[in-house]
Amino acid sequence: MADTLLTLDDVAVHFTVGSSLRGGLKTLRAVDGVTLEVRPGECLGLVGESGCGKSTLALTIMGLVAPSHGRVVLDGDDLGKRSRLETARLVQMVFQDPYASLNPRQTVRRTLADPLRLQGVDKAEVDERVMDMLAKVGLRREHADRYPHEFSGGQRQRIGIARALILRPKLVICDEPVSALDVSIRAQIINLLLELKDEMGLSYIMISHDLGVVEHMSDRVAVMYLGRIVEQGGWQEIFENPRHPYTRALIAAIPDPFNRVGITAKAKAKGEIPSALNMPSGCPFHPRCPLKADRCVAERPMLEAVSPAHYAACHFRDRID
Amino acid sequence: MTQPLLKVEDLRIALAGDGVTHNAVENVSFEIGRGEAFGLVGESGCGKSISALAVMGLLKRPLSVASGRIVLDGREIQDASPAEWRNLRGSKIGMIFQEPMTALNPLSPVGRQIAEMFVLHEGAGWTEAMDRAEEALRQVHVPSPERRIKDFPHQLSGGMRQRVMIAIALACGPDLLIADEPTTALDVTVQAEIIDLMRELCAAKGTAILMISHDLGLVANMCRRVAVMYAGRIVESRPADAIFATPSHPYTQGLVDSLPRLGERSRRGRQKLREITGVVPAISSYPSGCRFNPRCPAATEVCREVAPGISPLPDDGLVRCHHHG
Repeated sequence: MADTLLTLDDVAVHFTVGSSLRGGLKTLRAVDGVTLEVRPGECLGLVGESGCGKSTLALTIMGLVAPSHGRVVLDGDDLGKRSRLETARLVQMVFQDPYASLNPRQTVRRTLADPLRLQGVDKAEVDERVMDMLAKVGLRREHADRYPHEFSGGQRQRIGIARALILRPKLVICDEPVSALDVSIRAQIINLLLELKDEMGLSYIMISHDLGVVEHMSDRVAVMYLGRIVEQGGWQEIFENPRHPYTRALIAAIPDPFNRVGITAKAKAKGEIPSALNMPSGCPFHPRCPLKADRCVAERPMLEAVSPAHYAACHFRDRID
Repeated sequence: MTQPLLKVEDLRIALAGDGVTHNAVENVSFEIGRGEAFGLVGESGCGKSISALAVMGLLKRPLSVASGRIVLDGREIQDASPAEWRNLRGSKIGMIFQEPMTALNPLSPVGRQIAEMFVLHEGAGWTEAMDRAEEALRQVHVPSPERRIKDFPHQLSGGMRQRVMIAIALACGPDLLIADEPTTALDVTVQAEIIDLMRELCAAKGTAILMISHDLGLVANMCRRVAVMYAGRIVESRPADAIFATPSHPYTQGLVDSLPRLGERSRRGRQKLREITGVVPAISSYPSGCRFNPRCPAATEVCREVAPGISPLPDDGLVRCHHHG
């Protein structure tokens, strides 16, 4: 077997928006030229602000949005070659909002059993696996016949996790799995996700804007900005030695009274994220960048190596100290 | 020093239900000095937002102030008439809410919405008010304000809308700015900018801030003092740096310990996060005694039976726990 579970090779997702009558059609480059790998048993953190394309990328990996360009290879085979059911056995998703992502009219048992039934698992085994899964996520047997509204937010997210894991996928995409939860509940869910990852040998793509959570959970981290990956590397490299000014701005923006990381106000980004419909020339980050130079307006930096497993797309990646 | 700008004393907010009345908030007391930034932190449902609404006179049925005093600038305002409240809001108290899109009027240009403040509260004419609105937009660092005053809210980004909200809130130079989760709907880099802006403007004008958030880190960074609420009561009130360094209430300790903090993994390796067990109780089923007792690792018999009183801490802090220290 290959030593990567998921490979994205120069993946782009473009949407056509607007109307040909009013102002003409435009191409929205939601994801552009993304190359990524996820290895078995690894947690890849995917960081970026709203509109950076991380959710579109997640949908592409799920096989729900077809890439306009490039290849997505999951578990040795092109994603497009598999049927929806086959893909579902390999990759599943945990959503942000456990209130919106569960069917209010289905009992927990039905929510968990349906995917198994669709995959043709026989009846006796379905029940056994549902009960087994409930125990794994810390719910009790009697919870099986209750409806989502009878649970707290944290318990609902446990149901969401159980649903994602019931088919024993290899890859789980966690899209902001704790940001809708009460602060005092988040640690429970983070611990649970990490335990299950080890226990079931899962790989995660952890999408979050909360850098504390990403640092805690990830082995490697990719930072996205306006549809592109601007920095990628091991968690230690990203958090201790960030080389892209945007990564530094994200870290500087975290309110921490102790400022343990030691990146100061100088690193903060100015202004707001431009629309992906109106992409700045050269480096897409230049309008907000504290290091902006003429070269950044003219020439787009490519993702290049800082050290063997650490890449940054910045003309000044070696000059940041 | 002289008297505080805002003094909330033993505030109790009642929630009227079917035949039963619950106390959504009780025994809440705090003071904010002139120009001081004070933070109120807690999870959803803890009563922090309705406490702020009470200070703004905006509680609606089934919620109402059942007892306690709210003193603003030496004047008791908890029983003010609707007309008096309208006058206070805007001129003495400014407000910013979480979602600027729902707080702004979608049918009115933003310049007009700012100018309205000068017309209503200071009796200015519309021409003068529009000029001042442009200046107000410039102060909140909105680029090309002369064009932006004609924009409608939907034409602005989330961060720009929140800047407009700040411009409206601070237009008439209020003594107190109440900010209820002002950055929760924003991206992190934009959040940092908005926080810096609020801090800068309030420092320049001597405006006090009552900041409400679920994010302890954010509040501790911005405010001099922080109060932590749990299930309708303030459980700990401390100087901001102390609340992180030496949290005294088990709930605060749990909150501080349970969040993965940046840099922690580099220093200590990946530790299992300390969990707070259980869930936040619903208002209809608050436990007797200390409301945190079912989730508290240090709970004993007395915690289940007797509600703890307030004990002072050496650093000018207060804690509501039988076992503190």
